[in-house]
Amino acid sequence: MLRTNFLRTSTRTATRVAAPRLATSQVRFAHIDAEELRDATVAFCQAEIPRELAFEVDRTNTFPHDLWKKFGEAGLLGITAPEKYGGLDAGYLAHCVVLEEISRASGSIGLSYAAHSQLCVNQLTLHANEKQKEKYLAPLVSGDKVGALAMSEAGAGSDVVSMRTRADKVDGGYLLNGTKMWITNGPTADTLVVYAKTDPAAGKSGITAFIVEKGFKGFKVERKLDKFGMRGSDTGELVFEDVFIPEENVLGPLNKGVYVLMKGLDLERLVLSAGPIGLMRAALDETLPYVHTRQQFGKPIAHQQLVQGRLADMYTKFAASRAFVYNTAKDCDNGKVDTKDCAGAILYAAERATEVALDAIQLMGGMGYMNETSPGRILRDAKLYEIGAGTSEIRRMVIGRAFNKEYK
Amino acid sequence: MSSKLRIMVPVKRAIDFAVKPRVNSAKTGVETAGVKFSINPFDDIAVEEAVKIKEAKKGAVESIHVVSAGSSKAQEVLRQSLAKGCDTSTLIDVGDASVEPLTVAKMLAKLAEEDKSNLIILGKQAIDDDSNHTGQMLAGLLNWPQVTAASKVDINESTGEVTVEHEVDGGFETVSASLPMIITTDLRLNTPRYATLPNIMKAKKKPLKTVKPADLGVDIAGRLETVSVSEPPPRPAGIKVNSVDELIAKLKERGAL
Repeated sequence: MLRTNFLRTSTRTATRVAAPRLATSQVRFAHIDAEELRDATVAFCQAEIPRELAFEVDRTNTFPHDLWKKFGEAGLLGITAPEKYGGLDAGYLAHCVVLEEISRASGSIGLSYAAHSQLCVNQLTLHANEKQKEKYLAPLVSGDKVGALAMSEAGAGSDVVSMRTRADKVDGGYLLNGTKMWITNGPTADTLVVYAKTDPAAGKSGITAFIVEKGFKGFKVERKLDKFGMRGSDTGELVFEDVFIPEENVLGPLNKGVYVLMKGLDLERLVLSAGPIGLMRAALDETLPYVHTRQQFGKPIAHQQLVQGRLADMYTKFAASRAFVYNTAKDCDNGKVDTKDCAGAILYAAERATEVALDAIQLMGGMGYMNETSPGRILRDAKLYEIGAGTSEIRRMVIGRAFNKEYK
Repeated sequence: MSSKLRIMVPVKRAIDFAVKPRVNSAKTGVETAGVKFSINPFDDIAVEEAVKIKEAKKGAVESIHVVSAGSSKAQEVLRQSLAKGCDTSTLIDVGDASVEPLTVAKMLAKLAEEDKSNLIILGKQAIDDDSNHTGQMLAGLLNWPQVTAASKVDINESTGEVTVEHEVDGGFETVSASLPMIITTDLRLNTPRYATLPNIMKAKKKPLKTVKPADLGVDIAGRLETVSVSEPPPRPAGIKVNSVDELIAKLKERGAL
């Protein structure tokens, strides 16, 4: 059973919902204490992602670029990467804990962090060959280069395998032509994992993954998107015009890209589900002290039953989501990657996070409706998690189909 | 002076600065069950100063030895300090007993002799008891010069002379002394770094030795009896005055002027 203690803190810092001490995943990661990583990440966030920065990146819709190197030096970018390239090889639970704390400090910075360290770095860790790892992993883990992953297109979102970007075989490599949309870190990424059709006629069996460098001729960032939330996580539309990709940059087997993509999606969903967990904690961090300080009718509003009820609902949604996510992460660390759980974890956590954020606004009343407090930003950030990495609709379909397969 | 710096940094595990402490029901002390603990902030500054000296004066520092007198839980604080750049660590295991500054000073003095330390940097006080005694008592026991509440430290490693700027009521005072010496830290000395994950991993391999007070020949029985602990009375509301004349009149009324 997980127990948490609520700590009263000075009004200078928001209340911390104390995290229950977790047992280490299992023997494989026994040298890593997830709680130790949490403490280290919290210390980093307090120093480098203060409250003012979270508001500023949201206001300016710009990621603080010098943060990448700081992430790298703190060792936060290679949680699941091999030690050989500067990584920690600490597993998915560790990565979830780290993302949770970063997301708690700033949802949009957390999203960009996840796109770099999970979508890009983890895909390379799992599927790149030694030569590719040597060339690309170390600078991504050190924060010298920024990573991204490009699969979605304007015309291929939920139906991602209908993508139209093509990679045509030429002498020595491939020529990439097409556009990608909704790409997190796209505007600034140095190293991108890009999916394209090498055999358009073969449909989903004709997709290959490639490693593309920012400097490749013909690769252009068309524009940075102006989004409702996750402002501060640079998202872009990318254009590829006859971009030559050398043979050695093919990632994984030719035409087997869909397996790289789908396996990646399970783990992507699992790690990303720590994002909404962090947002729910941030909502509680801000709401709890507020409702205990704000007095109406001669007492703190937190003593009113309807407020108590809402706090209870916020808390139980957060705790249940977190238990689901952490448990699934431990299973993945143990080698048991269950598609239903990975999709389920983010499906559940994301929808709960939106609800909890709405509750936070409601409990903080007029103040919650102001842009100078966090709940509004938390809500705008949370909503994205119901859409990106597979919409809630797709996630439900994935789980349903998984059952269909089991009962064939 | 030709010998290298062997720095000792005593640290204390205390209730986290952000926690609002409550008096326990028996009124014998502060409630500690389920409460977050971390390194005493002034000691964190001491660790940072020692590591900064090591980084700034390449080769002049032979070792940084971080020490804590506490229960086995104090190991967390030692590991964090190792992760920030200390080289070796020692836990003086006193179990759950609460030890007084003089006791701590005696144990540290013994360790300093054994370890051949020539510079001890520690926080000026712990934020749980706010004693501001240990550094001074340690200097007395070792018969070393001391500068307390340091806000700036400059070491000339070749001559062994140390110049310290410290805060006094009237402003800043600059004092110089020769090694070996004690320096206690104040808030403005530096801003502690956060430990990076790779360093946290490496710190697990750095030495952490445990000793008992008996090994150091010290009896930890206390000399002070805590009669009772209570919260300060709630502050009465203040009054607003409309002019400087009124302020002076009110102050005179209360016998403050």
